[in-house]
Amino acid sequence: MTQVPFTLQFINLLAALLLLIVFAMLAQRRILSLINLFALQGFVLALSTFVVAYTTRQHHLYYSAALTLLLKVLVLPLLLHRLIRRLNVRWDVETLINIPTTMLVGIALVIFAFNLAAPISQLAQGITRGLIGIALASVLLSLLMMLTRRKAISQVVAFLSLENGLFFAATSATQGMPLVVELGIALDVLVATFIFGIFFFQIRETFDSLDISHMEKLKDD
Amino acid sequence: MIDLQLLALLLIPLFGSGMLAVFGSRPWAAELNSLMSGCTFVASVVLAMRVIDSGPQVAFNEQFFIDQFNVFLVALTAFVAFTTSLFSRPYMRIEQHHGKLSVSMLHLYYSMYQLFTFTMLVALTTNNMGILWVAMEAATLTTVLLVSLYRTPASLEAAWKYFILCGVGIALALFGTILLYFAAERVLGEGGTALLWTHLNQVKGELEPTVLKLAFIFLLVGYGTKIGLVPLHSWLPDAHAEGPTPVSAVLSGLLLNVALCAVMRSKVLVDGSLGTHFAGNLMMGFGLLSVVVAALFLSRQKDIKRMFAYSSIEHMGLITFAFGMGGPVATFAAMLHMTVHSLTKSAIFFAVGHAVQKAGTQQMENIRGLLQVSPTVGWGLALGTFAILGMPPFGVFASEFLIITTAMHEYPWTTPVLLIALGIAFASIFGKMQPIVFGETTVKPLPHPPALIPVFVHLLLVLMLGLYMPPYLADWYRQAAALLG
Repeated sequence: MTQVPFTLQFINLLAALLLLIVFAMLAQRRILSLINLFALQGFVLALSTFVVAYTTRQHHLYYSAALTLLLKVLVLPLLLHRLIRRLNVRWDVETLINIPTTMLVGIALVIFAFNLAAPISQLAQGITRGLIGIALASVLLSLLMMLTRRKAISQVVAFLSLENGLFFAATSATQGMPLVVELGIALDVLVATFIFGIFFFQIRETFDSLDISHMEKLKDD
Repeated sequence: MIDLQLLALLLIPLFGSGMLAVFGSRPWAAELNSLMSGCTFVASVVLAMRVIDSGPQVAFNEQFFIDQFNVFLVALTAFVAFTTSLFSRPYMRIEQHHGKLSVSMLHLYYSMYQLFTFTMLVALTTNNMGILWVAMEAATLTTVLLVSLYRTPASLEAAWKYFILCGVGIALALFGTILLYFAAERVLGEGGTALLWTHLNQVKGELEPTVLKLAFIFLLVGYGTKIGLVPLHSWLPDAHAEGPTPVSAVLSGLLLNVALCAVMRSKVLVDGSLGTHFAGNLMMGFGLLSVVVAALFLSRQKDIKRMFAYSSIEHMGLITFAFGMGGPVATFAAMLHMTVHSLTKSAIFFAVGHAVQKAGTQQMENIRGLLQVSPTVGWGLALGTFAILGMPPFGVFASEFLIITTAMHEYPWTTPVLLIALGIAFASIFGKMQPIVFGETTVKPLPHPPALIPVFVHLLLVLMLGLYMPPYLADWYRQAAALLG
């Protein structure tokens, strides 16, 4: 009997950590640290999936935990590290305007997400109650990050972090989607990252920079 | 049997993509591409006959599901993909001749073209709402490098916008799918069957309404980004204008339909669960907004491909609106409009593609007097424009007429809005196309003969649908409309 509340608390702790990491990413100026934070986020995600798998005794969740560990802690961060090394933007620092305002908007988004998810959280059984709000909040915060960033690489990290939030929703709220779907999603994310990589080189070649503010020419007038 | 037919339909483009990945830089790659698309079309016709004969079926352990609604889209998709491949053969040769494309770019194009067809066919035929999402995302991934094929700054910007916006949109659709699974799991239990559409459809009355409501909002916004619904449309004109014309034709004629099919699948479930007109109202709202905003933007366009991209937004809005109204007549009209819009819009893009090659620019003010130099391109464009503007006797007139009369009956207040928007669209497109087709010329002849048979085949079909609807086709639409409710 004592074991169940413990794992529940542990998952809640991990969920809180996840939210904290997204906030940290929102305020992080260094691209290198941003990627490291993303890897950390992947690790927390894998850990929480593992704990959910252990508590609910769902075997396929062990596979998704392993998949997360492999893809989001090892493969994708390594790919991104390689990319920033080859593109020579390893030590780049972004100029973010108004971090405090962004943070305040972020807090508002979290409150909004919790309100939106409240009726659904009522329905969730057992260990997963209330986590869907956190998942939705991290999805919205990642969206905010995509809006505030001007560098192509940090936009992509934001995109991947958005995907992490969705994955957290899938494991926490529904105890895992069917494995075939998860594999498909993982494949899509991997291919997307490769294509993003190709894009970085094309963008750099064409615009001499990875700043996407060069790419605001197409407009209706 | 059905397993085998479906397997053929899906494996031919996949195999074609593999073949073209190897042989894509050979001189006969374009012919191979057309051959593969032709075979896919044959397979789709065989499958369609089968489904019309014996009704909806599931295949491969229920992972795939084919009914009258999606098989109609499968046939349409395979047909337009085939004619577009025929068009792209001379078109891409001319682009190569003009020095805009290299052999390696064409290699990528052919391989991705087949892979794109494959992803669309998977998205249409899958029974699994999760795989549907995976296939939709894969469709974005296969086309994003095609949009930036020319490697110009503008095309890179367009592709980046397409990638990011559709990526975010589709991520929201994934959240909707997760919510759907969350609701389904409570009824159907954990494991594989809880995302299968056929199972969900059986128990839709028991699915938790509050969850499904939220799920549908996410699904509509997510897949709606791909349909190009306002205000999520901003990627669409850029991607259509900056990508190669065959890609614009398949994006506009096919991908938007596939995304709409995904929304309709979700709508059926939500309607069953809620028992209200919630989903329909949302779709009507988005649809109406798209029609109006796109019509207003049409008059400001200077780039010819961009203008027709806005026209696609307008027509997809109209279709979404009609599906939102629901009922047998509106759904019938929406499906008819999907068909005629796909055929007409791809025909227009074919003609526009050659017109742009002749003029050397996409700016409308520099394309003049097409009829003088090449009557076929000129007439193709003129007739296509007439058709898309809803002039009788073309099929677009029939479907728009049906949609507007139903709207007049069910939601009278929307009729003036629709009519004014269609009027504005008519005035802006017609006014701009007139000097392009008639008048003194500025354009040059092409180094290779253009491919205009697809244009006239499409327009002929649209004309036929306007004058005479074959009874089996009408039956087919009616059955599909009954399935969607």
